[in-house]
Amino acid sequence: MSNFSVGFRSRDHVQVLDLKGELDAHTASELEAAIQKCQSEGGYSIVVNGENLQYISSAGLGVFMAYIEEVREHGGDIKIAALQPKVYNVFDLLGFPMLFDILNTEDEAVDKFVKDSAEST
Amino acid sequence: MARSVHTLSIPSSTRYLGRVRRFVETHTRDAELTEEAIEQFKIAVDEACTNVIKHAYRGDDTQRIDLAIIIEDDRVTVLIRDAGRSFQQEFYRSPDIFELAESRRAGGFGVHIMRSLMDQVEYTSTGDTNEVRLTKFRNGRDSA
Repeated sequence: MSNFSVGFRSRDHVQVLDLKGELDAHTASELEAAIQKCQSEGGYSIVVNGENLQYISSAGLGVFMAYIEEVREHGGDIKIAALQPKVYNVFDLLGFPMLFDILNTEDEAVDKFVKDSAEST
Repeated sequence: MARSVHTLSIPSSTRYLGRVRRFVETHTRDAELTEEAIEQFKIAVDEACTNVIKHAYRGDDTQRIDLAIIIEDDRVTVLIRDAGRSFQQEFYRSPDIFELAESRRAGGFGVHIMRSLMDQVEYTSTGDTNEVRLTKFRNGRDSA
C-alpha cells in the first residue's frame, strides 16, 4: 500500500502544500484534490513543499502538468521546493525545470512569489 | 554470484504499486546494486505496472500482473507480464512537456522514463501474454 498525505498551510498569501510519502498512480488523485481545493478557495499561488516526499512517478508529475496552465492563467503559479535529490532527479528527467520554478527551500519559493508580483507591477 | 529469480504476482490495481516497489527494492538491494540503480528500478517497474493497469487492462482491477526479478552476475532484469492489450511501440512518441501543459494533459511519460533509466527495454507479445523486460547491466551505461 502507498502512504501519501498532503498538508495545508498558508503564509504570505501563498498556499503551501506539504507532501509526505509516496506519490504514484494510486495516490496522485490526492494531490489533484489538494490543488483543486486551493483553486476553489481562490488560492492560485501554490508552493509544493517536497521535503518529506519520498518518491514520485510520472503519475504525480502529470498532476502538476494538468494544472499549471490554468493556475498561471489566474495569475498564480505552482512552485516546487525542498525536493530530495532522488525525487528532483525524476522531475529533471522530464524537463520540469524548464517549465516550473523548483527552489531549494520553501522560503525561496515564497519569496519568488513576492518577487514575481513586484516585477509584474 | 549464482543466478537467482524472485517472483511476485499482484492484482491489476494501483493500490499494489507500493508492494511492487518494496519487492523491487528488497531484491535489487540484495543484488548489491547502487542506491541510484535501486531507485531507477523502482520507478521503471512502477511505470511499467501502471501502464499495464491503465492501458493493457484499461483499468480492470480483476486481472493479474506477474513480475520476476532475475539477478545475474552481469545484469539485473525485471520482467512484467500481463494478459491485456499489447503495447504498440511504433505509435509511441515521447511527450513534450510544453505541449502537455498547454493541452492540460497528464501522462505519457512512463515509457520515456523506462527508456531513460534502464539500459534495455524490450516489449514482446506471445499469444495472449505481453512482457516487458527492463534490464540494467552492472557495468552498463549507468553502472548498476
